[in-house]
Amino acid sequence: MTFVAALEDKGRHVAGHRPWPRIVVDTDTWRQAVLGIAAGQATLLGLWSDGEAVHLCLSGETSGKLLVISLPCPDKRFPSVAQTHPPALRLERTIRDLYGIEPEGCPDARRWLDHGRWGLRHPLGAAEAAEPAGDTYAFHTAEGPPLHQIPVGPVHAGIIEPGHFRFHANGETVVRLEERLGYVHKGIDHLMAGAPRDRAAKLAGRTSGDSTVAYALGFAQAVEAALDLAPSARAVWLRALMAELERLANHFGDIGAICNDASFSLMHAHCSILREHVLRVSETCFGHRLMMDRIVPGGVATDLSKDGIAAIRTLIRTARRRFPRLVELYDNTASLQNRTVTTGILKPDLARQYGAGGVIGRASGRSWDARKLPGYAPYTSMVFDIPRRDQGDVDARVWIRIEEVRQSLTLIDQILDRTPEGSILTEAGAASRGKGEGLALVEGFRGDILVWVRLNANGTIARCHLRDPSWLQWPLLEAAIEGNIVADFPICNKSFNCSYSGHDL
Amino acid sequence: MRNLLLQGLLQSALTETPPAADDAALAELAKSVDRAARRRLGRSLSIREVDAGSCNGCELEIHALGNAFYDLERFGLRFVASPRHADVLMVTGPVTKNMRQALERTYAATPDPKWVVAVGDCAFDGGLFAGSYAVAGGVSAIVPVDLHIRGCPPNPTALLKGLLALLEKTA
Ligand code: SF4
Repeated sequence: MTFVAALEDKGRHVAGHRPWPRIVVDTDTWRQAVLGIAAGQATLLGLWSDGEAVHLCLSGETSGKLLVISLPCPDKRFPSVAQTHPPALRLERTIRDLYGIEPEGCPDARRWLDHGRWGLRHPLGAAEAAEPAGDTYAFHTAEGPPLHQIPVGPVHAGIIEPGHFRFHANGETVVRLEERLGYVHKGIDHLMAGAPRDRAAKLAGRTSGDSTVAYALGFAQAVEAALDLAPSARAVWLRALMAELERLANHFGDIGAICNDASFSLMHAHCSILREHVLRVSETCFGHRLMMDRIVPGGVATDLSKDGIAAIRTLIRTARRRFPRLVELYDNTASLQNRTVTTGILKPDLARQYGAGGVIGRASGRSWDARKLPGYAPYTSMVFDIPRRDQGDVDARVWIRIEEVRQSLTLIDQILDRTPEGSILTEAGAASRGKGEGLALVEGFRGDILVWVRLNANGTIARCHLRDPSWLQWPLLEAAIEGNIVADFPICNKSFNCSYSGHDL
Repeated sequence: MRNLLLQGLLQSALTETPPAADDAALAELAKSVDRAARRRLGRSLSIREVDAGSCNGCELEIHALGNAFYDLERFGLRFVASPRHADVLMVTGPVTKNMRQALERTYAATPDPKWVVAVGDCAFDGGLFAGSYAVAGGVSAIVPVDLHIRGCPPNPTALLKGLLALLEKTA
């Protein structure tokens, strides 16, 4: 019996949690689960709270079976996960900030998303008023005579999201990088609580704008699971089409932007053209360049017309003609490779420990992709490969993106050939009303997005937690940059391309 | 690489004819832009982008302004790395409380004369995030705004129309 299956027998099953089980456990079982995760018997996928209990989502690495274990916290405390398994650290600091629930034994007492500027503490728990004067933040240090600090941000030099990076450097070499995030915290968990489903779907789609399709998809799947509602068959395929268009647009953008950070702007210019093509075709097909609000619980909001299909076929042809030349350009430019090969290496062991998903995980030896495992329709019936590399450097992350572009192009071919006719929306009928909880894991361009919802009896959202893949990737950037030169930080950072907004919530 | 460069020379340009300046934007700007400033700046503006809490959707479309289709720089508009070099602050997002001070400081670091362009529905009034304990409001709740470009996110054409109106009024 696998670890996850054995664990499942050790708690009380919660009725109405779909499609994977949720069990309520005691402190001992909680500790056992954490020890198992730390020993590599399962992967931590998420850790969050609803104010009453803490919930931990884990999965078996090979079975793809998900399990949520919940520990009630009547005394506003729970045994720290991070003390045994460091990847949980920022997640549990966030639970403390938002709910005032203390992870006992947590190795870091500093606040994370709470910068002391909200005018209150524990906004989702027993909120207390507090002076919004701003907390000072005690960065970790590195000591020795030649070391100096470089503070960067929150406002950066480019057109990018805000966050603070604190470098300790020895001359040009980075000795330590520490991130401070939370600047774009908008209180999404709070806005979700009590929201009608259509407003909540919009919020989910604005958690990280570059992944709006993936978030809307995850949210829709979770709500459908909670309602025990099957989305329309046609919509399932159209959703995958949108998801692959979003992946293409982002990967084109990222490949170009990484090269641009090595001052190779030719690549950037050409990749931007491809990206713009994808956005324009998305607008032609679905009426919005980023396809915001096009996926809704039950199906999709916009149907694909014959003209739309023709536009996508043209796009695929153009990409198949132009992209290989750009790949060749990347492969044959020694000065560019000089910047990417062996730069910013993320070791496979660390990627495994953090359960890093997406390009970052797959460039460091993990074959994890939520489209395959646990897998969801229509991907379960399509033919595609999950690329994997083991080098873990910037170059490997570029190549994974290149190979994923190729896979997305073949996926779109298959989708256009196989999308059935029919309605695009299944309405949630009266029968499917009522309390329920749903969980979804979907693959965005950055990696797996975990969505958990609990519905009220009237169908509104009681709680919704959205875990961006970046939560488990940001800490790895700190490790990957160590020993590199400060000037290579932008290219390393771009090759990770973690989300600030998705992380800050 | 040679082939790609050669093709670039032989192909017709992708860059499209610009849209007309936005009328509503011209009207909003009529109130804020004075003649003296126009003389000083000529037909060129440096823009510093500040994400004050956005979901990153607005940034993606601002980025697109630089691609071959829109080619922002042909109008004398360019993004700069420091507020000290900027004439225009382009601000996105609902202003989060955690970003409020950074926005105020960036504004203070921008030399006069300066204009603030608030981009996106969130920057207008907080959008979907208005009312959260973590959100201070739209951009005008924190710094004076000269021009709003609405949309979620506004597409590059809408951004261009607004910026061209700004250029018409300032230059
Ligand atoms: S206006 Fe829309 S795209 Fe822009 S930051 Fe707000 S939610 Fe995101």
